[in-house]
Amino acid sequence: MKKLILSAAFAALAAGGALAQDTIRIATEGAYPPFNFVNDAGKPDGFEVELFNQLCEAAELTCEWVTTDWDSIIPNLQSGNYDAIAAGMSITEERKAVIDFTQAYYPATFSAYAAPSADADLSGVVAAQVNTIQAAHVAETDATLLEFATPDEAVAAVRNGEADAVFADNDFLKPVVDESNGEFVWAGEQIQLGEGIGLGIRKSDSELKAKFDAAIQTVKDDGTLNELLKKWFGQDSVTF
Amino acid sequence: MFAYCADPKSLEGLQWLSCYLTTGTHFSFYGSFLIVLVLLFVTAPVALAFGFGGAMAARSPAAPLRWLGKGYMAMVRGVPDIVFFLFFIIALDQGFEWLTHQVRCPDWIDPIRQGLEFRVCPQAKIPPNTAPQMVHQIYNFGLAVVTFAIVFGAFAANVLAGAMSAVPRAQLETGEAYGMTQRQVFRRIMVPQMWIYALPGLSNLWLILIKATPLLFILGIQDAVYWARELGGFKSQTYSYPHPDWRLWYFLGLLIFYLLMTRISEIVLDRITRRLSHGQATAAGEAQRKGAVA
Repeated sequence: MKKLILSAAFAALAAGGALAQDTIRIATEGAYPPFNFVNDAGKPDGFEVELFNQLCEAAELTCEWVTTDWDSIIPNLQSGNYDAIAAGMSITEERKAVIDFTQAYYPATFSAYAAPSADADLSGVVAAQVNTIQAAHVAETDATLLEFATPDEAVAAVRNGEADAVFADNDFLKPVVDESNGEFVWAGEQIQLGEGIGLGIRKSDSELKAKFDAAIQTVKDDGTLNELLKKWFGQDSVTF
Repeated sequence: MFAYCADPKSLEGLQWLSCYLTTGTHFSFYGSFLIVLVLLFVTAPVALAFGFGGAMAARSPAAPLRWLGKGYMAMVRGVPDIVFFLFFIIALDQGFEWLTHQVRCPDWIDPIRQGLEFRVCPQAKIPPNTAPQMVHQIYNFGLAVVTFAIVFGAFAANVLAGAMSAVPRAQLETGEAYGMTQRQVFRRIMVPQMWIYALPGLSNLWLILIKATPLLFILGIQDAVYWARELGGFKSQTYSYPHPDWRLWYFLGLLIFYLLMTRISEIVLDRITRRLSHGQATAAGEAQRKGAVA
């Protein structure tokens, strides 16, 4: 009898899964300012890091940041090396087939082309980061897609003349264009892609998803999310 | 680091540089060189041990052992490194977790594999989720050492098996004539003499190993190349130390590091070759003998 109770208690504990473990490991790329980056003190920083540190505190979870390679970020989530992805990852149909997303904490992003001149050939060679919503978009246009492991390398490819333009999140490209002293200008129209940026979570982790969904809803309702958006993306940032 | 670094954007010239080069990320960069060196010095002996075991197994008179040794060499040498580093490491990690799961959570009812997902009970996680990031990094480093050792061990096994066959038969026969057992012949005659034949192959492997260390980043360890790319990249005003694309300089630094490593390795390997040639029935050994006589 005692054994039965014990094993029942054990099963209940184990079924708690994500709830029983109070440390949530969140993966980020750490190379996508201002969404996420490694600051000069060597710590993860940026919009997502600040947002989720707040959310974790409110939900009484201990959150630990893990910086990882973008290319293997989904497989490592699936094999359980961390519990969530907060890496400026847009919610798309393809990704939803393999992992779950919480509701968006950043509205559907505007992507833009940056090039050395405004009349650059956007159906020529266009650089983008591999496995991104932007790379998928470029692949559908007439342009030749040139993929890079990091967004920074995609920008450098245009600087080196390897590509005619780079296609990336508007918010990522903005400081690049603004601080380039005319080396980069916007080209073509902005394009809205995806369904916003959400926190990526394993499909089997529905409790954790519910928890973060609720937490994100709270900050949306009380306006703190909008404040954070303005802080990191400027006063004219898109808001909820 | 220095008191005057509090407001980096107001600094100029050397002061700026001294602050820039002593940021937290730069210390991580400097530390990553140490990580690369530690990896090299831990992996090399382990890989050599794998190689020695593999070579012995491949030359064993017992057929199953021979198949095992030959199978190991053929399999690892035939599979591209990148496949090994991407998939083997995940498989190894999942294998460990699966085993601890069986021991610690016998009552777990959910399937471990759910589509592409791999889910063991929280108690079976290695290292546990609550462990500090440091422990996770050390564990990853351990996995990296094992993977590197298995891959390079297979190549080393092939080199050592060849070296064992290269020891002149007359040498071994002499040992047998003195009444030594096969084991004694192996230990006293073959092993001490085979190194000189193995050295060119092993030194190649060592140099390839030095250059293969950037693969560490695939395993989630931030090595010197990762940091050079990360720190050298364009930094906008979001950062305390904005600068244009400086990757060229960082990679030049890496180039110097790797060239230095190669040069030191060459000097050391030359010395070892000279030492090992001593008294050997090779051209180099013969040249040494003649030099000593003259």
